Amino acid sequence: MNLEEYKGVFIYAQQVDNELSGISFELLGKAKDLAADLNTNVTAVLIGSDVKNLCDALAEYGADRVIVVDDPELKVYRTEPYTHALASVINEFKPEIMLVGATAIGRDLGPRVSARVATGLTADCTKLEIGDFPLNPGPNQKHNQLLMTRPAFGGNTIATIACPDNRPQMATVRPGVMQRITPVKGAKAEIVEFNPGFTPNKNYVEILDVVKSVTDTVDIMDAKILVSGGRGVGSPENFKILEDLAKAIGGEVSCSRAVVDNGWMPKDLQVGQTGKTVRPQIYFAIGISGAIQHVAGMEESDVIIAINKDETAPIFEVADYGLVGDLNKIVPKLTEAIKEYKANKNAQ
Amino acid sequence: MKIIVCLKQVPDTKGGVQFNPDGTLNRAAMLTIMNPDDKAGLEAALRIKEQYGADVTVLTMGLPKADEMLREALAMGADHAILVTDRLLAGADTWATSSTVAAAIKKLDYDLIITGRQAIDGDTAQVGPQISEHLDIPVISYAQDIKIEGDSVIVQRQYEDRYHVVKAKMPCLITALSELNEPRYMTPGGIFDAFEKEVTVWTRADLTDLDDANIGLKGSPTKIAKASDKVRKGAGETVNLDPDEAVAYLMGKLDEKHLI
Amino acid sequence: MDFALDKKHEMARNLFKDFAENEVKPLAQEVDETETFPRETVDKMAKYGFLGIPVPKEYGGQGCDPLTYVMCVEELSKVCGTTGVIVSAHTSLCIDPILTYGTEEQKQKYLPKLASGEWLGAFGLTEPGAGTDAQGQQTKAVLDGDEWVLNGSKCFITNGKEANVYIIIAVTGTVEKRGRKQKEISSFIVEKGTPGFTFGTKEKKMGIRGSSTYELIFQDCRIPKDNLLGPKGKGFNIAMHTLDGGRIGIAAQALGLAEGALEATVSYVKERKQFGRTIAQFQNTQFQLADMATKVEAAKNLVYRAAMAKATQKSYSVEAAMAKLYAAEVAMEVTTKAVQLHGGYGYIREYDVERMMRDAKITEIYEGTSEVQRMVISGSLLK
Repeated sequence: MNLEEYKGVFIYAQQVDNELSGISFELLGKAKDLAADLNTNVTAVLIGSDVKNLCDALAEYGADRVIVVDDPELKVYRTEPYTHALASVINEFKPEIMLVGATAIGRDLGPRVSARVATGLTADCTKLEIGDFPLNPGPNQKHNQLLMTRPAFGGNTIATIACPDNRPQMATVRPGVMQRITPVKGAKAEIVEFNPGFTPNKNYVEILDVVKSVTDTVDIMDAKILVSGGRGVGSPENFKILEDLAKAIGGEVSCSRAVVDNGWMPKDLQVGQTGKTVRPQIYFAIGISGAIQHVAGMEESDVIIAINKDETAPIFEVADYGLVGDLNKIVPKLTEAIKEYKANKNAQ
Repeated sequence: MKIIVCLKQVPDTKGGVQFNPDGTLNRAAMLTIMNPDDKAGLEAALRIKEQYGADVTVLTMGLPKADEMLREALAMGADHAILVTDRLLAGADTWATSSTVAAAIKKLDYDLIITGRQAIDGDTAQVGPQISEHLDIPVISYAQDIKIEGDSVIVQRQYEDRYHVVKAKMPCLITALSELNEPRYMTPGGIFDAFEKEVTVWTRADLTDLDDANIGLKGSPTKIAKASDKVRKGAGETVNLDPDEAVAYLMGKLDEKHLI
Repeated sequence: MDFALDKKHEMARNLFKDFAENEVKPLAQEVDETETFPRETVDKMAKYGFLGIPVPKEYGGQGCDPLTYVMCVEELSKVCGTTGVIVSAHTSLCIDPILTYGTEEQKQKYLPKLASGEWLGAFGLTEPGAGTDAQGQQTKAVLDGDEWVLNGSKCFITNGKEANVYIIIAVTGTVEKRGRKQKEISSFIVEKGTPGFTFGTKEKKMGIRGSSTYELIFQDCRIPKDNLLGPKGKGFNIAMHTLDGGRIGIAAQALGLAEGALEATVSYVKERKQFGRTIAQFQNTQFQLADMATKVEAAKNLVYRAAMAKATQKSYSVEAAMAKLYAAEVAMEVTTKAVQLHGGYGYIREYDVERMMRDAKITEIYEGTSEVQRMVISGSLLK
């Protein structure tokens, strides 16, 4: 493999139902930074059926070039034809870096493609930068390497990974982490159409049905704001005040293990080691003491607000803002204050 | 039908995380469990066995102590167990791991391969799809439901906002979500039997269809530049005020930080 | 004696521990509070073979040894004393005598259903006027043609009403022994639903409140002649031998309660702060915990030793009595200290140690009080 032949930063522009996914713009934003460091340009790889109309949006968000693989076989995502498409693009156009979203599609497509083109793949990255590998200078140190940083062990550790001897350097990138650029209206990209040919083989699966989910149960892992209650809430009925707060602020209710163990709330709302790991923008820990098992499931939250009557409760050690006091008094007042705040905002 | 379930013995994250000087994980120093998604995959295989009849082989690549996990799988109801272990295979990334596991699977007959979606240590979700590529068979990732129909599988394949009902001809590979099912417990008698059974051990030498360039730390395209324990965030501000003041304080902070 | 547990026993322990944590512990408080027999848990235990652990595979059991069974009762009792005693009474007091004394027909008829947990078992020896005292027995069984006719009552029967099969001890006549007229005692297998077999009042208890404790009443209850268990006249020996095994089960229950209370206390004292320090930092706490842990470890050694004796020796009365005597007293002492170290919270139902202390008391009483155990032990010394 002649590494020098590989040039440019490529992103996989994910679309579903002929609509670009948010991750595509996020990847473009990051790709622009990396391309600037490497003094090269950004290529988006758009794969689908009748998707050419999406090229302009990719250009506006930073793509210098769009390679379009457009074929009726690519109408709905299936691993094999999409792998064939992306792997063929890689073999033909030889990118130095290939970024894919760590979505339910990207985490299937990425590994299969990386195995086909025989390169490494770093999963679920939260930080990408150009730097040296190994980090310490020495005879074998290489410059201008993609350094891919990712959490592992459920967030217990952070590892930075390089792919020094294979190309492209591939990563899947966690959605919601990279910043998209402010779109440049009217920007145009070079459009390259490419079709490697699609002949169905045994690896083509058949899609019998596409069922879009009607979400009546919310997944607390997707919530931007969580209002979480613990044993201190006192009773299942008293969760009403948490629900009111959640409704007012636009969040969802979750809970600690003790609450589930007591049968007050269903298991799928449980946060913690034995429940779900959540990283909302705001996490309210109300009447939750903050046992390590619980903290392990929520400490990644952007902002943690704790309300507890026991000022020695360990939850205050991880909280950004801690209120010592009676949740029965504070929570309803907070709900009212938020409603008022929002009403004022809307009135402005 | 013959099912192969790929398992991984993973550190129980409750026990803390430790590293070797070269930045790779020191697995020997940590308490271990059967990876939860893999366990769901094993349960799915055992249910297929009960419903349609099947011979279930569990396979892992790991340290010799992964023997315990394989016996747990046997105690749950798996029929055969294979441990692929060799110092030459240590330090493998997903490419090297999937190359090695695929080489082991090539020695076996199979209709269906089930792996977990991802392991709780690496969280990569890569090895299953990569094995399928090495074996040149279809993959259906993120399975939330599995049915068998003749020589095909019908799987509900989960996405963020939908699922696809996907039909694939066997042989194929499915990656299982832990939501797929609630894995059974072992039985005490199953445990006693499991320790009477033989666990087949394969080393590097047994895997003939495998290039040295694709194994272990050396055969891994990705290299760890650095690894560290995450720095826990420290405590913020805690106030002890009367309820009205407390709410006012918090609203001030929420506004200041543009949180609402 | 080798105490190192082999890998299969370690794995079995992990199984019981996981099951107890996930399936039993979440219900323990409610089971106690509402005095509800945990039928769902029993069904789950049945599904995973916990109700036939020491039963050979040929009778549908798990084919494991007494030590595995003891670890099961221990781990269940760590989180719920009620669940522990349900398994213990079923296994030690009903399955074990059928396995030891039953005819092949009786074994074929009863063991598969008991071992699979489709049926639950119980044992009736105690009467209002007689505990572990053969000559005080009043319940009578008279042979009438092809049937035994039972009359009398049994009290404080664990798994009462919930069980399908009952081992019943009854007087079948008189015999002369060393020149004295004595009651002849025999044992029987009685199925629930037999006409004339009814249940009296349910006891309201201090502890193990989810365990179903009933009076059994026999009024002209006719059972087949073949339901005599073991030779006629050997009932007292059967009962005593059965209780030897039962005591190992109760010792395991006591051990589990002590361990559960110790674990709860260790985590509590590390969290609870007084005078600006965790209470774990006080030397009194440290010394109390050291004593508790040492006694728990000693109890564990006695209990496991008794389980191994049951596997390898014909008679294990003394080992069982020592295990039960010591483990029960340790359970009472450790749970009491656990409550003390919890302070006020230890007296509140929300905290598990409150329940554990109430549950522990019975282990000093049933299947032979601590005094009876001392009689058994000293009797073996002074014979």
